Amino acid sequence: MTGLLPGLVYVFLFPGFIFLVMYALFFESLDRKITARMQNRVGPPIVQPFADFIKMLGKEVIDVDGVDRKVFDAAPVVALAAVMTAFLYVPVLGVSPFGFQGDLVLVLYLLTIPTVVLFIMGWLSRNIFSSIGGVRVITQMFIYEVPFFLALLTPALMAGTWSISEIMLWQQQNMWFMILQPIGFIVALIGLQAKLERPPFDIPEAETEIVAGPWTELTGRRLALMHLVKDVSLVTGCALITALFLGGPVLPWAVTPAWLGIIAGFCIFVVKTLALLLVLSSIKVATGRIRIDQLNTIGWKYIASASLLQVAIVLIINYRWVST
Amino acid sequence: MPIGPHHPALKEPVNFRVIADGEKIVRLELDLSYNHRGIEKAAEQRDFIRVLPLLERVCGICSHSHSSAFAKGIEEIMQIEIPPRAQYIRTIIAELERMHSHLLWLGVAAHEIGFNTLFMWTWRDRELVQDTLEEMSGNRVHYGMNEVGGVRCDLTPHQVSTALERLPFLEERIYQYVDMVNAQQTLLLRFKGVGKLTREEVLKYGAVGPTARASGVDYDARRDDPYFVYTEVPWNVVTDTNGDVYGRTCVRIGELRESASIVRYCLENLPEGPVRVNAPKIAPEGEIFSRYEAPRGELAHFIRTNGTNKVERVDIRTPTLANWTSVAMCLVDQNLADIPVIVAAIDPCLSCTSRITLISTPGRKPGIVTFDELRKRGQTYCQEQGPP
Repeated sequence: MTGLLPGLVYVFLFPGFIFLVMYALFFESLDRKITARMQNRVGPPIVQPFADFIKMLGKEVIDVDGVDRKVFDAAPVVALAAVMTAFLYVPVLGVSPFGFQGDLVLVLYLLTIPTVVLFIMGWLSRNIFSSIGGVRVITQMFIYEVPFFLALLTPALMAGTWSISEIMLWQQQNMWFMILQPIGFIVALIGLQAKLERPPFDIPEAETEIVAGPWTELTGRRLALMHLVKDVSLVTGCALITALFLGGPVLPWAVTPAWLGIIAGFCIFVVKTLALLLVLSSIKVATGRIRIDQLNTIGWKYIASASLLQVAIVLIINYRWVST
Repeated sequence: MPIGPHHPALKEPVNFRVIADGEKIVRLELDLSYNHRGIEKAAEQRDFIRVLPLLERVCGICSHSHSSAFAKGIEEIMQIEIPPRAQYIRTIIAELERMHSHLLWLGVAAHEIGFNTLFMWTWRDRELVQDTLEEMSGNRVHYGMNEVGGVRCDLTPHQVSTALERLPFLEERIYQYVDMVNAQQTLLLRFKGVGKLTREEVLKYGAVGPTARASGVDYDARRDDPYFVYTEVPWNVVTDTNGDVYGRTCVRIGELRESASIVRYCLENLPEGPVRVNAPKIAPEGEIFSRYEAPRGELAHFIRTNGTNKVERVDIRTPTLANWTSVAMCLVDQNLADIPVIVAAIDPCLSCTSRITLISTPGRKPGIVTFDELRKRGQTYCQEQGPP
C-alpha cells in the first residue's frame, strides 16, 4: 500500500481507528453476551458497550485530591494510542502494509504499555484499593509476561523472521503454528487472558477484595477510555494470536482477483478472532479467581516451564530439519 | 486497610479494620452494629400473635427459624402440644428454608472468589425452592407460616404433589454441585486450607452450625435437642474433618442433600388432622431457652414471660454472633485476598447481629448501654436543653 491517502485510510478509517473502536466494542458486547448465556442469563443488548462508552464520555470527571490531573488525563490516551498502534502491525486484510522486520517485538512492547499505565494510575490514585491493585498489576505482569513473550516468539524462531506478516505467510506455505506448537499456543492463550486481567487472572481488579483495583478512582472520560483500551487490547491480542498461530487472515491458496482475496481475508480474520474470543470467554466462565501467590507458583512453575519446553522443542526441530 | 461499612463485597453494613503486612493479615478489628433495629425491645410491647411476624423480620433468609424458635418456646411455656400435621408442615418449611439458604450461600461464596457462573446457577436453582415456598405460604421471604399453636394454613394435595415433582430436579442439581465443588480447580485452590479451624478452636470460640460441623464437631440441635419431627424422620448429621472453607462447603452441600430427603419424607408421610390448636392468649410465668438449628447454625431464643399476653424479655442469640470470634481468629496469618471468602464462609447475617454499642467521643471505647442508662441520658439531655 503506497501513497499517503491509502495509508491514512488504513490508519484512521479501516481497519484502523474507527473500525477498530467499533469492532472492539462489538467484541465486548459479544463477550458479555456469551458469558451471560453460559451463566444462564439473558445478558445485555448488543449495543450496551456503545451506549456505555458514549454515556461515560459525557460524565463528569472527578479529580482526586492531590492527584496530578495531567498525568491522570494523559494516561488513558497513551495506553489507547499504544494498543491502537500495535493493531496497525497486525495483519487484518492480508499482509499489514506497515510491517517490517522486528514488528513482532514492537507489538509485544506496545501491548505492555496499558499494563504499566494501569499500574501508574493505581499508584497515583492515593487510594488504598488502587495502590494494592496497582502493585498486583505489576506483580502479575512479571509473572505472565515472560511465558507470554516466549510463547509468541517461538513462531518467529521456527519461521526464521521477526515480522508478523512474514510469519503468517510462512504458515500459508507450511502449516498453522497451532498444530506445530500446541504448547506455545496454549501458553499464549493463558498469557493473553492474564494480560487482559480476565478470570481466573482478574486479581488486580478483584471486585470483592479491592473494589476495582486501579480502576477505583477512574471516572467519566478516563473510565470510558480505559474500558476502550481493554477492549482494543482484547481485539489486538486475538488478532496477534490469529496471525501467529492460526495462519492469519489469508487463504492457503492464491485468490484472483486481489480484492476478492482481501474480502475473504477479512472474513477469515473475523471468524478466527471470534473463535478465539469464544475460547477466552469459556475460560472466563469456567473459572474463579486465583490468588496472587498461587498465580506466582503456577506461572513460574508450570507456565514458564511449558514455554521454555516449547522453545527447546523448536530449537531442536530447527537444528535437525529446518536449518539444513 | 478499611473494609466497609460500604464495600462491594458486603451486602450488609459492617466495618473491618484489617491490619496487614503486605498481603498477610496481622490483626482484624470488627465493628458490627450499623443496623440496630431494636427488635428485642419492640417484641416486649406486642402480644404473642403480633410478635411472631415481627420476629420473622429479624432475618430475611432464616425468617422461619426465628418465628419457629419463638413459637416452640412459648408453646412449651403454655404447655400445649401442637398437632402432628402442623409439626410436619413446620419441618417442611424449615428444611426448604435451609435449602434456599445453603444454595444462596454457595452462590455467595463462589462470587467472593470471582466464580460467577456457580453464583448464577445456584441462584437459578434456588428459585425452584422459592417457588415451592411461595406456593405453600404465599410468600417468598417471610412465609408467616407459624402461629402459636400450629401453622397458619394447611397444605393442599396439589401443593404437595407439585413440591414432590420439583424435588428430583433439585436433587440432580445438588449432585452436580457436589461434583463441581470436588472437580473445579480454581475453587479448590481458593477453598482448601483457607480459614482453618481445629476442633479445639471451634469448641473454645463457640462456633456453631456448619462452621463447627466442618471441623468435626458432631453437634446439631435438630438431633441433640430434638424438636418438630426430626426424631421420626430418617436423616444424618453431616460433618467434615477438613475444618477449612472447603469443609464448610462440603457440609453445606451434604446438608442440602439431607434437607431434600427430609422434605421428601415429610411430604410423603404427611399425617392427616388439624393444623392448629387454640392457644391461650396469656402465657403463665416462666422462662425458656429455646434452641433451634437455623441454616447458619444454632439459634437460641431466651424467653421470659410474666403471666400477661406479652413477653417480659426475649433475647435472641443469632448464629452469626456465635461465629464472629472464630472468624476473627482464623483470619490471622491468612492472605488479604481470602478475607471475603473466610468471612462469607460463616454465612454472616449482620443485621441480625447488631446490638447497641456506644462509642464515647473522648476515649472512643466501645461499651454496652442498657436501656435504663439510655433513658437517663435522654432525661438529663432534655432537662439540660430546657423546654422548647
